[in-house]
Amino acid sequence: METLIGLLVAAPLLGAGILLTGGRRLDRTGHLIGTLLALVSFAFAVVLFADMLGKDTAQRTLTSHLWTWVPVEGFQAQVGFQLDQLSMTFVLLITGVGSLIHIYSIGYMAHDERRRRFFGYLNLFLAAMLLLVLADNYFLLYAGWEGVGLASYLLIGFWQHKPSAATAAKKAFIVNRVGDIGLSIGIMLMFTTFGSFAFADVFPKVAQASGTQHATVTGIGFMLLLAACGKSAQVPLQSWLGDAMEGPTPVSALIHAATMVTAGVYLITRSSAIFNAAPDAQTAVVTVGAVTLLFGAIVGCAKDDIKKALAGSTMSQIGYMIMAAGLGPIGYVFAIMHLVTHGFFKAGLFLGAGSVMHGMNDEVDMRRYGALRSYMPITFVTFGLGYLAIIGFPGLSGFFSKDKIIEAAFAKGGGEGWILGSAALLGAAITAFYMTRVMIMTFFGEKRWQPDAEGHEPHPHESPATMTVPMIVLAFGSVFAGGLFSINSAFVKWLEPVTGHSEGNSPVSTATVTAGTMVVLVVGVALAWAMYGRRPVPAVAPRGSLLTRAARRDLLQDDFNHVVLVRGGEHLTRSLVYLDHSLVDGVVNGTAASVGGLSGRLRRVQNGYVRSYAVSMLGGTALVVAATLLMRAV
Amino acid sequence: MMSLAASASQTSTGEAVQFWVLGTVAVLGALGTVLMKKAVHSALSLAGTMIVLAVFYLAQGAYFLGVVQIVVYTGAIMMLFLFVVMLVGITAADSLKETLKGQRWWAAICGIGFGVLLIAGIANASLHTFTGTGAANSAQGGNVPGLARLLFTTYVWAFELTGALLITAAIGAMVLTHRERTEERRTQRELAEARVREGTQVTPLPAPGTYARHNAVDIPGLLPDGTISEASVSSTLRERGQIRDVSRDALRRLAELDQRSEEWLERRGVAGASRWEPGRRKGLPGAGSGDDPADPADPAEHAADHAEEGAK
Amino acid sequence: MNPVNYLYLSALLFTIGAAGVLIRRNAIVVFMCVELMLNACNLAFVTFSRLHGNLDGQIIAFFTMVVAAAEVVVGLAIIVSIYRTRHSASVDDANLMKL
Repeated sequence: METLIGLLVAAPLLGAGILLTGGRRLDRTGHLIGTLLALVSFAFAVVLFADMLGKDTAQRTLTSHLWTWVPVEGFQAQVGFQLDQLSMTFVLLITGVGSLIHIYSIGYMAHDERRRRFFGYLNLFLAAMLLLVLADNYFLLYAGWEGVGLASYLLIGFWQHKPSAATAAKKAFIVNRVGDIGLSIGIMLMFTTFGSFAFADVFPKVAQASGTQHATVTGIGFMLLLAACGKSAQVPLQSWLGDAMEGPTPVSALIHAATMVTAGVYLITRSSAIFNAAPDAQTAVVTVGAVTLLFGAIVGCAKDDIKKALAGSTMSQIGYMIMAAGLGPIGYVFAIMHLVTHGFFKAGLFLGAGSVMHGMNDEVDMRRYGALRSYMPITFVTFGLGYLAIIGFPGLSGFFSKDKIIEAAFAKGGGEGWILGSAALLGAAITAFYMTRVMIMTFFGEKRWQPDAEGHEPHPHESPATMTVPMIVLAFGSVFAGGLFSINSAFVKWLEPVTGHSEGNSPVSTATVTAGTMVVLVVGVALAWAMYGRRPVPAVAPRGSLLTRAARRDLLQDDFNHVVLVRGGEHLTRSLVYLDHSLVDGVVNGTAASVGGLSGRLRRVQNGYVRSYAVSMLGGTALVVAATLLMRAV
Repeated sequence: MMSLAASASQTSTGEAVQFWVLGTVAVLGALGTVLMKKAVHSALSLAGTMIVLAVFYLAQGAYFLGVVQIVVYTGAIMMLFLFVVMLVGITAADSLKETLKGQRWWAAICGIGFGVLLIAGIANASLHTFTGTGAANSAQGGNVPGLARLLFTTYVWAFELTGALLITAAIGAMVLTHRERTEERRTQRELAEARVREGTQVTPLPAPGTYARHNAVDIPGLLPDGTISEASVSSTLRERGQIRDVSRDALRRLAELDQRSEEWLERRGVAGASRWEPGRRKGLPGAGSGDDPADPADPAEHAADHAEEGAK
Repeated sequence: MNPVNYLYLSALLFTIGAAGVLIRRNAIVVFMCVELMLNACNLAFVTFSRLHGNLDGQIIAFFTMVVAAAEVVVGLAIIVSIYRTRHSASVDDANLMKL
């Protein structure tokens, strides 16, 4: 079984290798190879899962040490895997949703001449993401972390002929870099403090940390949070996610909704020992989560681009997860549970959006959709089920996972608990509003279709089976996953050995929370219906209020970055350049000028006649002999 | 010749005499190398010094080195020097006038200072006794086996490296002196065509020598009209004026024969106006040039000249 | 006579050679003077070998000869090629190494 873990990672890696080095001759079969290897990986995952289920709770963790990566005295970087319930959950999600999206891409990318490369990148992403969640130490985790960053960069910029895509890819990479630096510093701190990268070594030592080590642990926590912010698009490093929608839609579904952006949640949950020992860092985590869930939701309300609206939603939902993970043992399990259900319904929503775009000549502006429900029935139904799941319609996945998070937020206790709980409830209301808006603008109302840039009238049609089947499968997940997990608290029991779990005591009863969410749900949906369902949607966006306009610009995040970081940086560099020119160059040039003047006089010695050089040589030799004799005489 | 004792302070008198005599020669040779104006003389002086050094090596028990010194240095390296002198500087007698300002003075100061310091250092070293090479030489049954043993044990690595060094040097010399041909070599056809195009000398050059009587390279061949063909002798000889013109020898001999036969026949008076006096003919090369050894105006002198050359 | 005299002779020859290098302009003669210096060193080595009663000095002198041979070959080749391009064997004419 241990070997299988390695094969799990190796299969998509092999695929990436074959597809990216195979050249044109694989153009016709490449997508099949890539999909097959993704499915193989999924099959391994299922086998491992079955094996794990058959074991006792205490013996479910599998470890597999492959080789020593950097064998240096005092610095041992191992390549080893650890498969426990947390990793297993992720592995199933990654390979399962990943395989579905491979299948979907066969249809979606059918007309792209660089399809083979696309599948190569997808396989590379799968391998890196599996490496990330299976690593048994932070060093290897970092390799996976960078690997998914690379794959994300390559896939966002896949249509590199579009300047916007190329720019978005660079933006994503650079913003992620900020987070990656946090992770690398955190790992370095970890190594200098505890002398190891391995989870098994670090976590027990963290629990015993005291004094300055304790402060270091808090620092590590902050650094890991920074990393999570970068990868999971949390405030203040969230600006890249909206632009990342320039990538092909399957990529948005897999990487920028279901899996990679949840890596931050994984990191925090995996490092639960560190965060449990650093309450200050935990406070920062919940703050980031709460701010982001509102931030993303508000942005999602204002966007007319369907993918960017969904991106705002993703940001918001990950905010929920981060917040839950920051709550400590009362929240870890629900963070992961929401992560999994979100993986299903958000991937489904994105694939639905891709299907709509596929039928509408790649139009992304929702103001030019409308009345599509009868043209794309399957897309409509699957998208609708995803919609119901995300807003938390009773009985669907989102209902179970999101309610638990809201409940856990209240259970945090004290004023903090009330603030977090209220934020989560408000977020739920806004979620209901913007998702209803998306739904209405896309599938209901009147046709607002417009010809594309080349003048082709859109002819909406249902997508091929390779695209609809994954959507249907994901819709099933959206509907049933949450309920399935909640039967007899199955998911809590499943994850508890890894993350720990405590119920906490909520000042508000479960029934009250459920009732509250129902109320905000109805309010949000009703408001959206009043604004977009009852009267026709204008084909050109109205000017809107100040908040709307700000939200359209990602709540001025880019402007903020530009003013504070870009302009600030420019001013800093200008003053540094001035300082450099006047002070440093003054000293340097002065020295150079004096040396130059001196050597101008000295260079007359260099007359080019070898004989006069020989004289100085002989003179020097004579001096050496004299010095030797003197030394002997003394 | 050398002391076999383990330690001694004096060499034999014979060696002392040899040292003082040959040492003087060596220093003179060295001075000659530096001071002779012509490079060839310098080289010869240096060769002398080297041979003296070879004798000194032999005297000090370094038999192998003494022989190698003669073979390699005097035999090979000095010959190489002479070759290059021939190639490069045979005509260039060096002016010993100094052109660099202060060079002489600085050279003298540094040279004398260095020499004094060296000699003072040696004097300071208090080497009053010496061991001698006798024991070391006989330990391995002779100088050459002794050297061989060292060379192929202790110094074998250095020895191998010198092999590489020599090969590198040989290749380096080849590369440095190799001249890349920048144009195609002209074929015989092209040469012939060029000669026709120029039109000055289409046929092969005439051969030197006159009838079957002279075949020396300094004697030009005769043209049908009796004049000499300058093209038949080397241009170098022409430049130096070392051409022997024999175009009139036959006529003069005929005249002499005539005269002798008339004397024999006692027919005097007829020879007064020889019809074959060559001086009368216009356009004859060499006519009237007083320094020509074959001047027909003075047959007697020419005959003497000729006799003298024959004696040589 | 003490063999140290050989060392004095060696020093004298070396100095004369060095002076020659400094004074002469003809590259070939300069080269000969260098050879003279090398020979003076060899004489010193051989004498030291005798003074100390071992053969290592002679070995070093032997190596000096080998190196000198290699040096002469390359050096003379350089002189010949310089002569070809500059039509001069004077070391003062090759004075391009100045500012």
